[in-house]
Amino acid sequence: MSRSDVLLDVQGLKTHFGTDDGVVRAVDGVDLSLARGRTTCLVGESGCGKSITARSILQLVDPPGRITAGHVWWHGDPDAAEPADLAALDPRGERMRAMRGADISMIFQEPMAAISPMYTVGEQLVEAIQLHLPLSRRDATDKAVRLLGRVGIPRPEQRMHAYSFQLSGGMCQRVMIAMALACEPSLLIADEPTTALDVTTQARILDLLAELQADTGMAMLFITHDLGVVAEIADDVAVMYLGQVVEEGSVTDVFDHPRHPYTQALIASVPRLGSRGGRTSRLAAIEGIVPHPLLRPAGCSFHPRCHAPVGDACQELPPELHAVDGGPAARCHWYDDAVRPEGRTLPVIPVAPTIAVTPPAPVPREEAAPVLEVRDLTVHYPVKRGLLNRTVGHVRAVDGVSLTIAPGETLGLVGESGCGKTTLGRAVVRALAPTSGQIRYHDDKGTVDLAALPDSALRAYRGQVRMIFQDPFSALNPRMTLLQLLAEPFRNPALRRDRIGSETEQRVADMLVRVGLRPEYMRRYPHAFSGGQRQRVNIARALITRPRLVVADEAVSALDVSVRAQILNLLADLRDEYDLTYLFISHDLSVVEHLCDRVAVMYLGRIVETTTTDRLFDTPRHPYTEALLSAVPVADPHRRGDRAAQLPDELPDPAAPPPGCAFHTRCPHVQAERCGTEVPQLRGIAPDHDVACHHAEALELRGVRNPISSPS
Amino acid sequence: MSRPTDVDPATPDAELAVASQRTLVWRALRRHKLAMAGLVITCLLYLVAVFADFLSPYDPGDINADYAYAPPQQLHVVDTSDGWDWGLYVNGYEQTRDPETLAQTFRENPDEKIPVRLFARGPEYKLFGLISTDIHLLGPDDPDGPPMYLLGASRTGHDQLSRILHGTRISMSIGLVGLAMAFALGVVLGGASGYFGGKVDAVIQRVVEFFMSVPAIPLWLGLAAALPRDWGPLQRYLAITVILSIINWTDLARVVRGRFLALRGEDFVTAAYLDGISRRRIIGRHLLPSFSSHLIAAMTLSIPAMILAETSLSFLGLGLRPPTVSWGVLLSDVDVRALETAPWLLLPGLAVVTAVLAINFLGDGLRDAADPYQS
Repeated sequence: MSRSDVLLDVQGLKTHFGTDDGVVRAVDGVDLSLARGRTTCLVGESGCGKSITARSILQLVDPPGRITAGHVWWHGDPDAAEPADLAALDPRGERMRAMRGADISMIFQEPMAAISPMYTVGEQLVEAIQLHLPLSRRDATDKAVRLLGRVGIPRPEQRMHAYSFQLSGGMCQRVMIAMALACEPSLLIADEPTTALDVTTQARILDLLAELQADTGMAMLFITHDLGVVAEIADDVAVMYLGQVVEEGSVTDVFDHPRHPYTQALIASVPRLGSRGGRTSRLAAIEGIVPHPLLRPAGCSFHPRCHAPVGDACQELPPELHAVDGGPAARCHWYDDAVRPEGRTLPVIPVAPTIAVTPPAPVPREEAAPVLEVRDLTVHYPVKRGLLNRTVGHVRAVDGVSLTIAPGETLGLVGESGCGKTTLGRAVVRALAPTSGQIRYHDDKGTVDLAALPDSALRAYRGQVRMIFQDPFSALNPRMTLLQLLAEPFRNPALRRDRIGSETEQRVADMLVRVGLRPEYMRRYPHAFSGGQRQRVNIARALITRPRLVVADEAVSALDVSVRAQILNLLADLRDEYDLTYLFISHDLSVVEHLCDRVAVMYLGRIVETTTTDRLFDTPRHPYTEALLSAVPVADPHRRGDRAAQLPDELPDPAAPPPGCAFHTRCPHVQAERCGTEVPQLRGIAPDHDVACHHAEALELRGVRNPISSPS
Repeated sequence: MSRPTDVDPATPDAELAVASQRTLVWRALRRHKLAMAGLVITCLLYLVAVFADFLSPYDPGDINADYAYAPPQQLHVVDTSDGWDWGLYVNGYEQTRDPETLAQTFRENPDEKIPVRLFARGPEYKLFGLISTDIHLLGPDDPDGPPMYLLGASRTGHDQLSRILHGTRISMSIGLVGLAMAFALGVVLGGASGYFGGKVDAVIQRVVEFFMSVPAIPLWLGLAAALPRDWGPLQRYLAITVILSIINWTDLARVVRGRFLALRGEDFVTAAYLDGISRRRIIGRHLLPSFSSHLIAAMTLSIPAMILAETSLSFLGLGLRPPTVSWGVLLSDVDVRALETAPWLLLPGLAVVTAVLAINFLGDGLRDAADPYQS
C-alpha cells in the first residue's frame, strides 16, 4: 500500500501494566498500518493483547496500564501537513477527546453493557451527536432517527424512546453502531462486536458493517478470535501473539498461505463447516496455552508451542518481521536468511492425527434400546405480574419435546439462544423439575422415568447421568481442591458402596491423568488453572462416576480456539474409551458437525428437525436449519457471500409464541396456506429424518455443499 | 493410538503468579490507608484490653476521696527546674476550698515534684489471671506517696486512666461475645431463609422485619429492666450480650440470605446438587465458605453497633453497673455539672468514638477488599 493510503500507522507501540507481581507487557512493540477504506482484522487467542492495542490507539487503557513507547501516527486530518502522534497526546486533553467519537469510534463486545439503562437510546444518540456536531436538538434528533433507520432498526421513531433492556442484543449492537457512526468517523474500531451474539444475528451485523463501510469509505479495525468472522469480513489480517504482530498480509494470502507457524496452527485447529468430522478425525490443536505475559518465553515467544522450531535461535533471538515473497510478512526465523539452515523451508503443519483403529460405530438405532427417551417434555415458567403476584402467562422454555438417544451416540442440540436447549439439557439431568412429560432412562435394570422421581430417589441415577457445564470458571467451587471436587460425587448417599477411602484418591489421580492433567495437581485449587485446564477438571468430575450419559452444555463455547480443539479431541477420545453417550448442546454448528452423529434443531422450545449429521448439513429440510447453516461464518475467504437469505427478525417472545408454525414470522419460505394457522408436527419425511414443517417436501433448501479441503 | 494433544505439556504454570483469596484481600486491604489505620488502632485497643492491669497505674476500684474531681496532671519528661535533666515527674496538687460553695479546687503546684518511673510497683494484680505481680508500666516512684492522676480523677476519686483502660476490657469484649451469638442466629436463620426460599423464607423474613420494626431503645429498656436486680456482674454481663445479640442478628441474617440467593444460582452449586450430595453438605461445604470473607466484613461492621449499644444501656443505668467498669458505666458518672468543671470525665466517650471509628474503617476496608473485582 502506498503512503497516501495509510490512515493510521502504529509503530513500536508498547503498553505495559505495572502490577504487584511485575510489569505485564500486554502490548510489546506492535507495528500496524490501517489503510483507508479497508478492514483490518486483528486475530489471536485471548491474552494476546488485541484489545489493549485497540484501546491504546484511543488512549483508553485503564490504569495501571500505560503507553510506555511507540507512536500512533494519524494521517486522517486532511488539513495537517504532518501526521499527528496520538500516543503523545494527553489522554484527558481536549484534542484526544475531540478525536474520540468524531474521527475514531469504537464499538464493544457487550452492547447491553455499553448502553446506559437509565436513558433511552434516543437520548444517548442525540447526546453523542451534539457533542461533536453543532446541531440543534431538533436536527440532532432527526439525524438520530435517520441513523437508526440506516443501521437497520425497524420503526426508528419509536425505538428512539426504547431503553437498552427493551432491545435484544443484536438491536443494542445496532444502536452502538449508529452511535459510533454518528459523526462519520474515518476509522471504526470494533472490539469483538459479534462475539456475544447469536450466529444469525452475527451474520446480519457483519453484513451491516460491510455495507456501511462500502457507503462511507471508513476504515475498520476489527478485533476477533473467530477465524470464520475474519474470512468473512477482512481485507487485511494481522495475527497477534503475546503482544506482537507475528504475521500480516491480505486475507487471501493469510488463509491460503499462512507463513507463521502460529497462523498455520490457528487455522488448522478450527473445525470448519463442511469438512465432515466423523468418528475418526481429530483436530490439529496447538499444544499448550498462551502463557501469562509475565512469563513470556525468551527468544521467539511462540517457540514452546511451535510445531517446527528452526533451532537454537528460536530460544535465544527474538525474530524480526520478515517480508515473504514481497507479500505478507511474518515474525519468524524461518524467513531470516541468517538463521535458516540452507535449503530448508518451514515444514507444513502435521495433519491432525486420525484414530488408527476404527472405533465401534454406534449400534444402529433400531436394534438397541435407547439410553434416553424424552417424551412430550415441557418446562414452563410462570410469568407473574401485579400486586397479587398472579400468574398471567407462561414462558414455554421447552414445549413438548420428544427425542431419543441411542447408546454410544452423540446427539447434538442446536439453536439460537433463548430456544430452550439449555433448559432441556438441565431438565434431562434433573437440575430442574419439568412441568410435564417423561424422561425415560433405560439401563440393565429396566426403565425409569426420571421426570417423576423425587430428589432422594434421583440420587441413585446422579452417577449415571452427568453434566459438563459451559463456564469452566463458575462450575468449580473455588474453595475446594481438585481432590475434594472430584471426590464430591462419592459423597452421594446412593453411591456410598462405591466409596472406599484411599481408593478414591487413586481414582481421582487416574481420572486426572485420563483428562490430561498431572495427578500432582490434585491438591491445588481451581484458580491455579487456566480455562482449558479447568474444563478438563469439569470433564473429569463428570466422568469419575463412570456415567453412561453425559449432557455437555456448550462445553467448549467459553474456550479459545486452540484450547477448544484440545477439549473437543479429549471429548471424542473419552467417548470412544468409556462408551459414552453425549447430549451435546451448542450454538456452534461447526463444532456440532465435527463431533456429533445426529443433530436435533430446536426453535422456541420445540424440535423442528432431527436427523443424522450428514443429512442435516447436506440436505436440510427445515427453513430454520437452512438459515442457521448459512449464518455460520466459514473460515475461507473464497466462500464469502456464498449464503442464502438472512433471517429477518429477532426471536419472538417465548411467552407469546406466534400462532401456527412458530417460525413463520421469520421464515423466508413462508406460504399463505397453513403456516400461520396450523402447528406443524414433527413427522418422518425420510428414514431417520424428522421435520416439523408443512412444506418440507416442496422446499428447495441449501445445505453446506462443496466440502472444502483444509489448506496446508 | 497417538494422542499428542491429550497430555498437557509441562507448562510453567507452577511458577505462574497465583494468589489465594486471602492474599488478594490482604493486598487490597493494605492499599486502603484508612482501613490500615483502623486495623492498627483496633489491635492496640485489644492489646490494651489484655494488658489493662499492667498499663494502668492503679486498680480501678481504688478510691481516694481527697482527690475527687482532681484535674489531669501533665507528665513532664524533662526536668528544667534546675538546669536540664531527664526525669519523669508530675507536679503535685494544691487544694483550696471555696469558702462559700465549699467546692474543692485544684491547682498544680510547680514546686512539688512527684517522681514517676516506668515499671513502678503498685497494687498487686494477676497478669492473664495467672501470674501475680505488682509491676505497672507507669506509676509514682513511691506507691505510698501522693497519687498521680494523668487523666484526672472521678467524682469519687478513682483514677480515670486506670478506669478507662480497664473499661476497654469489658466494652471491647462485650461486642465480640454478643456478636458470636448474633452470628450463630444470623447465619442459621439467614441461611435457611436463603437456601430453602418459599415459605421458610417468608416466615423468617417477617420475623426479621418484626425485630427491625421494634424501636431498639424501648426494647432494650424492657429487656434490661426485666433482669433481676440481685444478679452478679458476670451474670449481668452475659444477659446484656444476649439482649444485644437479639437486636443484632437481623442485619446478619439479611446479609447471609442475600448471599445465599445470589450463590444458589451459581453453576458450582448446581454441580454439587447434581453430584447428589446432601443439602447440609451443599450449604456447609459449598455455599458458606464462598462468602466467608463477606461475613467477616459484615461481622466487623456490626461490632461498633454492639459497643455503642452497651454504652447506651450502661449510660442509662440499665446495663452494667458499678463496680463493673465499662466505658458506658464511666460515662454514666458524668452529670451536667461535670461538663463545666470536670470535662475529663467525658474521656471514656472519646475512647468509644475512637474504637467505633477504627472498627468501622476496618470493616469498610474489609468489605471493599473482600471483593477484589469491584475496583
